[in-house]
Amino acid sequence: MTQPLLSVEHLTMRFGGLVAVDDVSFTAENRQITSIIGPNGAGKTTVFNCLTGFYKPTVGRLLLTSDAGEQFLERMEDFRIAQKAGVARTFQNIRLFPAMSVLENLLVAQHNELMRASVWSLAGLLGLKRYRTAEAAAVERGRYWLEHIGLIDRADAPAGDLPYGDQRRLEIARAMCSNPCLLCLDEPAAGLNPRETLLLNTLLRFIRDEHGVGVLLIEHDMSMVMEISDHIVVLDYGQKIAEGDPAAVRADPAVIRAYLGEDEEAEA
Amino acid sequence: MEYFVQQLINGVTLGSIYGLIAIGYTMVYGIIGMINFAHGDIFMIGAFAALIVIVGLGAIGIGAAGALILVALLGAMLIASVYGWALERVAYRPLRGSFRLAALISAIGMSIFLQNFVQLSQGARVKPLQPMIDGGFEVMRKGDFTVNLSYMQILIVTSTVMLMTAFSLLIAKTSIGRSQRACEQDMKMAALLGLDVNRTISLTFVMGASLAAVAGMMFLLYYGVIDFFIGFLAGVKAFTAAVLGGIGSLPGAMLGGLLIGLIETFWSGYFTVEYKDVAAFSILVLVLIFRPTGLLGRPEVEKV
Amino acid sequence: MAAAELQNRAKDAVIAGLVALALTVPIIGFRTSSAPGGLAIDLRLLDAALVALAVAAGHFLVNTYRASREGRGQRQESHAAASLRLKRITHGIGAAALAFAVLLPVMPFADRYLLDIGILVLTYVMLGWGLNIVVGLAGLLDLGYVAFYAVGAYSYALIAAHFDWSFWACLPLAGLFAAFFGVILGFPVLRLRGDYLAIVTLGFGEIIRIILLNWYEFTGGPDGLSRIPRPDFFGLEFSRSSRDGETFHQFFGLDYSSIHRIIFLYYLILILALVTNLFTLRIRKLPVGRAWEALREDEIASRSLGVNPTNTKLTAFAIGAMFGGFAGAFFATRQGFISPESFTFIESAVILAIVVLGGMGSQVGIVIAALALIGGTELFRELAEFRMLAFGAAMVAIMVWKPRGLLSNREPTVKLPPKPGDGP
Repeated sequence: MTQPLLSVEHLTMRFGGLVAVDDVSFTAENRQITSIIGPNGAGKTTVFNCLTGFYKPTVGRLLLTSDAGEQFLERMEDFRIAQKAGVARTFQNIRLFPAMSVLENLLVAQHNELMRASVWSLAGLLGLKRYRTAEAAAVERGRYWLEHIGLIDRADAPAGDLPYGDQRRLEIARAMCSNPCLLCLDEPAAGLNPRETLLLNTLLRFIRDEHGVGVLLIEHDMSMVMEISDHIVVLDYGQKIAEGDPAAVRADPAVIRAYLGEDEEAEA
Repeated sequence: MEYFVQQLINGVTLGSIYGLIAIGYTMVYGIIGMINFAHGDIFMIGAFAALIVIVGLGAIGIGAAGALILVALLGAMLIASVYGWALERVAYRPLRGSFRLAALISAIGMSIFLQNFVQLSQGARVKPLQPMIDGGFEVMRKGDFTVNLSYMQILIVTSTVMLMTAFSLLIAKTSIGRSQRACEQDMKMAALLGLDVNRTISLTFVMGASLAAVAGMMFLLYYGVIDFFIGFLAGVKAFTAAVLGGIGSLPGAMLGGLLIGLIETFWSGYFTVEYKDVAAFSILVLVLIFRPTGLLGRPEVEKV
Repeated sequence: MAAAELQNRAKDAVIAGLVALALTVPIIGFRTSSAPGGLAIDLRLLDAALVALAVAAGHFLVNTYRASREGRGQRQESHAAASLRLKRITHGIGAAALAFAVLLPVMPFADRYLLDIGILVLTYVMLGWGLNIVVGLAGLLDLGYVAFYAVGAYSYALIAAHFDWSFWACLPLAGLFAAFFGVILGFPVLRLRGDYLAIVTLGFGEIIRIILLNWYEFTGGPDGLSRIPRPDFFGLEFSRSSRDGETFHQFFGLDYSSIHRIIFLYYLILILALVTNLFTLRIRKLPVGRAWEALREDEIASRSLGVNPTNTKLTAFAIGAMFGGFAGAFFATRQGFISPESFTFIESAVILAIVVLGGMGSQVGIVIAALALIGGTELFRELAEFRMLAFGAAMVAIMVWKPRGLLSNREPTVKLPPKPGDGP
């Protein structure tokens, strides 16, 4: 039995007296889309922040198993998690580099590779071929993703000028440019209309199947979650109340109770 | 021992002055999240305003120290308040939506402007003032060394304590204070609930300016000499005090002020005078590196 | 234009004037002056009233101007067209300025006075370009840049005096020392947020100045360091006669003129500044330059992409410091004498103002800002008293009017090339 890509074990996050995440354990497999759902305040983004190093978990083990071996995320700093473990994320409130162009955003994601190729900028300053080749390759990777998210015509436009839906997709493409093994998306469908949500689903499936990464996803849009997930984890008040495939979770009485009073199908 | 006590008395006095200025910094930072770089110069203007009132009234024959001080206090607070109000309206309000650096540059520009404005209007020379409150009493004596507690020092510390108390009550109990605390927490929400945010912010500046004016007058009476440049150094030290105590916390500003005053006094008393400002700046650096929330501040967790 | 509008504007102007009166009467109106026995009051109420009137008039005029612009309606330019126009203007100004700078010494009206101003402006341009790396590109608020300027100047002076090496040997060392200081100063503080970083760097700048002022044995204290070796033209001295070797004018068969040294210094600083500029343009296109801008735009996002914030910021700080150090070395050799008075906080503020007013990240904007602030105030020396006053007011005015600076146009560092194999 192979190790799951991500194994969250007894994760607890306390802020002073407030317990945001309480002894949560779940797994996420490679080449699968795992969704974390739950009412507002359930602790979903907190879990993300622990996974990506923005919070240091109070208790717990976050084990990432990839080609690079085993990594314990709870001990690593945020940028190291992206750098060494290969975990990339998007944010609830889109965080692009607004003054920089679309293409530049994608190049920043390839920063570490390019830094290595430029030998701490020396090869770059001297205009050596080694660096120029690496940069051209990085631009091509950017082009690849721009074509897949349909923004190839706006490659040189400032990222801040893009409409909302485009910005969301750009953020995902940027995360993919950093060549991750685990992609964490925080409410990627927020604010998207049904057509845009369908495009997003296609993109996510493409990422899962063609690029062989694991996708971890926080979402409120239930139709999207049920449509696209291979595996669902349900949180409520910081605790896990259910885990399993979409059909099982949908029928789970605990989940229904937690969502009582809310529509099971969220308005798009 | 006696030397120590004297430094203690001096330090507390100096610290009270810093504390009064620090309150202005901490209140403005708390409500609009910017460092009012020109606040130290408001302190300086307060000192000059007090001087002008005293000299002016003296020139027309009023000599009673009590009356002079009272009128000068009110005059300085009034004039400094107008300056504080104008400062916010002219240099900060237009930049409220803009990025951080813009407001900071504007503040620095205002600081340079105010310093030079006073320098041109009043002359570049230092301005001396005859001591108005003389005397004090001996606290203790050992051999040749007497520890003195002057009436001026008592006045400074007691008025600071009274102002502090009055202010804390104002912030905690009155509607003005509530508005201010609401704006500090969440300005957009406060506006949506019908609070006049602009007025609250202006009021904050005015309050800070009045306290700085009191500090200015105390400085004038205590040291007997002022010039247009006193705002810079006092401002940085008072800001250090605000940060040390915990930015956004009123008692923190006072506590920080006292600590900075004591550290500065003890440093000059026991080590060197030349490097006493280095001591203050170093404290600033150390606090910001190791405990940026200060002693009494609340830790801020940035939402990702 | 309705009469009601005019009336409103007039009313606003009157209110502004009254507020100004409340401000000017106490401070301008009652001037304290020295008199036997203490101070006396000179009444200057008329001056106070006049200033208030000027404020009211200015308020009225500014509002009229604003109203007229709105009334005419903005020319509907698309964003892209406006950017393109700005880019063309910027390039045009840049090319013109460069040509002018290179040709200045040979122009007929170029005398020593003008060249001195030119050297001064170019020094600030170089400092501005150096600070731009820290503030404009990396977004780090540094209010203590003058410290690196000072370290460069003092290390040059001390090395040149003790080791008797030439300018070109000492220059890199001065830069190295400054960069070293940049790393030491930067390391503990670079994780601080915006305003706090600004104040801490201000504190550092002041600490350095106070140490320079008081460490008499090493730095000469308030007396400073003098007899700093003057620059030479690769071994040829710029003097009337020389004990060892030829002098410059002898070698080139010219009559001795003191202006030779000035012209040499002018081109020296021009070259140093241009090196700074070229370096900046180059490094922007490299991953570290992009990382600086990414950190400036959004640090959290940058971290999530694997950018090491500490190393990246330190690099910006150190490189910016290095160029400040180079400028300091130049300053030392140009003056022949340095003292802590040249390295006050005001200098840091001026350099920062040049960067911000010019438009952060805009190389040409910085040139314009330096010309305006430094050149402008130098040329109006008669009104020297009002210089700093106007300076402060200008900082506020430009920030309120154009917070992004005069020329804030960002060009992408890389453009998507046409796909290989695609026809046009």
